[in-house]
Amino acid sequence: MSDHKIRLTVDGGPVSKTVEARQTLGEFLRDGCGRTGVHLGCEHGVCGACTVIVDGKAVRSCLMLAVQADGTEVTTAQGLAAPDGTLSPVQQAMMDEHALQCGFCTPGVVMTMTALTAGGARPTEAEIKAAMSGHLCRCTGYQGIMRAARKLAGVNA
Amino acid sequence: MKAAPFDYVAPDSIEAAVDHLARGGGESVVLAGGQTLMPLLALRMATPSVVVDINRIAELSGVSRLDGATRVGATTRQATILTDPTIAAHAPTLAQAVRNVGHHQTRNRGTVGGSVSLGEPAAELPATALALEAMIETRSPRGTRRIAAGDFYTGPYSTVLEPDELVVALHYPDLPANTLTLVHEVARRPGDFALTGFIGAFTVDGGAISRARISWLAMGPTPMRSPKAEAALVGQRVGQIDLDEIGRLAASETDPMDDGHASADYRRTAGARIFRRAVGQALETR
Repeated sequence: MSDHKIRLTVDGGPVSKTVEARQTLGEFLRDGCGRTGVHLGCEHGVCGACTVIVDGKAVRSCLMLAVQADGTEVTTAQGLAAPDGTLSPVQQAMMDEHALQCGFCTPGVVMTMTALTAGGARPTEAEIKAAMSGHLCRCTGYQGIMRAARKLAGVNA
Repeated sequence: MKAAPFDYVAPDSIEAAVDHLARGGGESVVLAGGQTLMPLLALRMATPSVVVDINRIAELSGVSRLDGATRVGATTRQATILTDPTIAAHAPTLAQAVRNVGHHQTRNRGTVGGSVSLGEPAAELPATALALEAMIETRSPRGTRRIAAGDFYTGPYSTVLEPDELVVALHYPDLPANTLTLVHEVARRPGDFALTGFIGAFTVDGGAISRARISWLAMGPTPMRSPKAEAALVGQRVGQIDLDEIGRLAASETDPMDDGHASADYRRTAGARIFRRAVGQALETR
């Protein structure tokens, strides 16, 4: 098995570490970078809880090796709020619309929503539904999640 | 879950990647988008000794035009297909198909070449390659070859690719003018694997069908064409086609499985029905 030195940006800060080839990006973010807000659920690409943003794109961090993230910019849910604790618009909308119950799927949902509405993008209802279909919420709290997404996108339900 | 240990290499040229595959002697595996390989590694259904990551090979990615065809580099992301202007202009069927592939989050990593070379029988991109008569360009220590999609699949997840052979691009030939293309499937939820589905390409000349291509997904050990139904359609006048009969004929040429998701009977019946409905609507509203 091979080890690899990687350098990347995690939530705006530089990280330089050695990783084992088989380590997933999700594991690395949790164990190597203290980002326990990255929730590893199924670890085989089904549930969406581990979704993070890599170079602007929402991806499942269990389906990418840490070594593949060398040179990239990674954002997790822990990198969204302002330094003074002010929530990001997505986080605020999730709170306002009671879009979380147990909270396990929440960081992934928040990251997809963040990527979807980045740069003031206004996804349509169909686009929101299509993107959110990549997340499982075991509390079945989808209505609240959709309300938050619609609010952000300015879509009237 | 943790993958079994392996060595990882990320070559920056096709030659180096092929060289790694050749030296691996069948114990190495290509990592493209990883949206299937990573679960297989996590579940230890795949335990390769070397993972050859082809994502750092710049020349493997991108969409271009070549000799009356649209050339899609193997590591072009599925998400790129949805927004690429060359695809929209020359191979829009591919974008229709990709909308049904996985989810937003997996399409951001998943590649066209990865899905085509995996050969999942229920996947959209292998069936699309078959319906569009794509050519699969590969590289190995023996050089470059082009394989017709119709000759590529030998069984579930099985292709004619040699262990040291890498898919480098797909070539989708331009369709004749006045060709309608359709992508329809039945799945439990959007993004799930299809229970049945088809890709159709129908050319209409002077009010009659002059060329038909039909391929099915989830209807056999490989994506499958329906040559009898294709032949039966040619020469028929739009509006006078017995689509019930053609749909049944087309589905009868497949070889679906019974499994926990659906019976073979269900797949044939539902397949024939979505065929009739979708083709009927498309031809009427043309």
